[in-house]
Amino acid sequence: MGRRAKNKQPPPENLETKEYSKPRKRKADPADDRPRPAKKSKGKDTVTSKTKSKINTSKKGPRIRFEDENPDSSEGWEDVRDGAAIGDLDSLLGDSDDDLLRGPVQELDFGSDADEPAPLPSKKSKSKQGGTPPSEIVPTAGSSSSSPDSDWDEDERTTMANMEARSRAMDAQAAADAELDMQEFQAADADDDDEDADVDMDRPDDMNGDIDAEPFQLPTAEEREQEKITTPDVHVVQRRIRECVKVLGKFKRLAEKGRSRSEYVAQLIMDITSYYGYNEFLAEKLFHLFSVPEAIEFFEANEVPRPVTIRTNTLRSRRRDLAQALINRGVNLEPIGKWTNVGLQVFESTVPIGATPEYLAGHYMLQAASSFLPVIALAPQPNERVLDMASAPGGKTTHIAAMMQNTGVVFANDANKARTKSLTANVHRLGCRNVVVCSYDGREFPKVMGGFDRVLLDAPCSGTGVISKDASVKTNKSERDFTLLSHLQKQLILCAIDSVSPESKTGGYIVYSTCSVTVDENEAVVDYALRKRPNVHLVDTSLEFGTPGFTSFRGKVFAPSVALTRRFYPHVHNMDGFFVAKFKVEKRAKTKKPAEEAGTVEIVAEDGTVESQPQEDIGFDSEEDKPYLEEAKRRRMKAKGLRPPPRTKAPTVSATVKASA
Amino acid sequence: MRPLTEEESRAVFEKLANYIGKNLIHLIDRPDGAYCFRLQKDRVYYVSEDTMRLGISVARPNLISLGTCFGKFSKSGKFKLHITALDCISKYAKYKVWIKPNGEMPFLYGNHVLKAHLGRITEDTPEHQGVVVFSMNDMPLGFGVTSRSTVDTRKLDPTSIIVFHQADVGEYLRDEETLF
Repeated sequence: MGRRAKNKQPPPENLETKEYSKPRKRKADPADDRPRPAKKSKGKDTVTSKTKSKINTSKKGPRIRFEDENPDSSEGWEDVRDGAAIGDLDSLLGDSDDDLLRGPVQELDFGSDADEPAPLPSKKSKSKQGGTPPSEIVPTAGSSSSSPDSDWDEDERTTMANMEARSRAMDAQAAADAELDMQEFQAADADDDDEDADVDMDRPDDMNGDIDAEPFQLPTAEEREQEKITTPDVHVVQRRIRECVKVLGKFKRLAEKGRSRSEYVAQLIMDITSYYGYNEFLAEKLFHLFSVPEAIEFFEANEVPRPVTIRTNTLRSRRRDLAQALINRGVNLEPIGKWTNVGLQVFESTVPIGATPEYLAGHYMLQAASSFLPVIALAPQPNERVLDMASAPGGKTTHIAAMMQNTGVVFANDANKARTKSLTANVHRLGCRNVVVCSYDGREFPKVMGGFDRVLLDAPCSGTGVISKDASVKTNKSERDFTLLSHLQKQLILCAIDSVSPESKTGGYIVYSTCSVTVDENEAVVDYALRKRPNVHLVDTSLEFGTPGFTSFRGKVFAPSVALTRRFYPHVHNMDGFFVAKFKVEKRAKTKKPAEEAGTVEIVAEDGTVESQPQEDIGFDSEEDKPYLEEAKRRRMKAKGLRPPPRTKAPTVSATVKASA
Repeated sequence: MRPLTEEESRAVFEKLANYIGKNLIHLIDRPDGAYCFRLQKDRVYYVSEDTMRLGISVARPNLISLGTCFGKFSKSGKFKLHITALDCISKYAKYKVWIKPNGEMPFLYGNHVLKAHLGRITEDTPEHQGVVVFSMNDMPLGFGVTSRSTVDTRKLDPTSIIVFHQADVGEYLRDEETLF
């Protein structure tokens, strides 16, 4: 199962190191003050050469990450620092250090590091950064980049085998670069101070040294049409993406006269489709989820594989023992983070991680870090009855069973019979004895069996959060798929809610999760469930990270409690895009009351007794109703064209009726 | 899902007794609640009664598995133990074989255990006795049948087979399609 997939996987990244970007999920303005991308060095040769070297240094970000993973190369990091320190001696204290700091941030070109100190070198780096295409943006574009840069491109594909040698070479180079930087900086600093100063102010287009000298022009609609037919040059597209992002960041100042914001957006989306290979519909859908620079980061992150993670099976082993056993087999791993005590992240392995004797004996499960989250949110307790509605291949099911310590019973359902094979295999391999595997359509569920304490609905979804795993999503999802999926999800979530017993002493919870980031599969579904089932409300997921769900999105307004849901993004949390919502089911109100009494219904639901309120006697008073019935009859007759009998008595009442009508 | 018939339970118990002997009663008399054997589509499941009762509500065509699968009946009525039963068998096994780390992978690929890979073996193991195969750090890897008694193995040369392979945990990967 996991074995083959694993073999394909390139070296993993550290989960934690990526988290630097966490605080920046909402692009802060200060970031935008810095014209990010394609500013070329100001035509000074020295500066250009330095540019390149500096790029090298600054791109150290990911590299450092790799070194980090390697226990014995931890001194690699030190080396870099040393190099920098040498540079410092040359004078300019803080500069190269600063570079180091900036390193990881610049690796995503549009990164806006709000917390970054911005002394003068920062301008410098900007001017440098632009010339060469941002390394991550450029899987295919090799041509015009300078040699250190293309070098770096290969680095991206560092294999386990050559990693150490490479990192050593890089360290050496980095040290040299830092030194070179220092000297050049001093030289350049003197005379380009003023130029630097107005970089931020000016439209920087006029300084594009390398790629092309003319200022950036947004193509007209006709040109765009034209380009759709011909294949555009990757470099042009790339540059245009950067420019558009920049312009959209500070639209008033940077936009061309007479061009509207939507034109820029349209151009940007078109470029994204051609550059990253999304279909237009999906690109637009995803683009609108984020702020502009963040969207680009998201698309970037989808090109990079997520780290390999495993979950300790607490039924068979303990994390420390497992880690020790795997380390003895030549696996390099580390706990994922503080939020889980069963997860391990695998950095590199000399053996296939999906076929070690420990794996076969069920000591761990290969599972994405994001898949831990819904189960943690569900928090199943021993001796409960739990339903996993869409469970194959069993990662979450076995996690649930492990958390319940093999007590109670877990119903693992999956609609697809073929996928239940791997589900059963995993359940048995991990030694879960309390699991019943069945294959129903999830929508049949309250009929098959109800009264569950907890239900996990990891709904079938478009998979827009796992594009890095399955790139086919980019092209094969259309508007219709989304409509169908969200319809199915809405049906499923209602079934899930109905399967839960509100009387449950320990539970009464539902967790809804998807591996998708779109709003119509997540918040919209949650909101729909809240509207359809008044006895259900959202509760905190007890996940300590993740961004809150949208309470309104592009004109749609959801219930304010939707903010209790959690979203996870590849570019922010370095795990698959994911969504988790947790509901609590209360007892249904005993009497069906009209909607305007929802408030009182809730009170009734909360303390579980209806009698607590003083209730007036509700019943039929035929005397009082009589004139109304009379009046209705007359009206009916009139409508049929019959002549109603003359009004005999109680004209006052009918008059009031008329007034009210 | 239905209870086993007389004949079927005899077949199952005979097979199990080959590995765990008298400990068989521990499978039935458990301190942590009643357990029972159930047959569903040729397969025999060992499941706690509580789970079984809840499992009754699942219709026969939709029920894939419940509890632990012990094995299956072949068309001719013979019972074959599956690797999934390893959990219970290994806990109560009478005769055990430990294999050295260099023998682990060959065994997990479905090969017999050679004498060269033999780390330890329960004393006085008779010939053709069902044994559970462990790795040196007591991780159950599978089960098989001895080819010789413990005494006889001493005379054998290193390449000769000690335990005939019957099932190993590698089947979870190799035979996932047919196992369930």
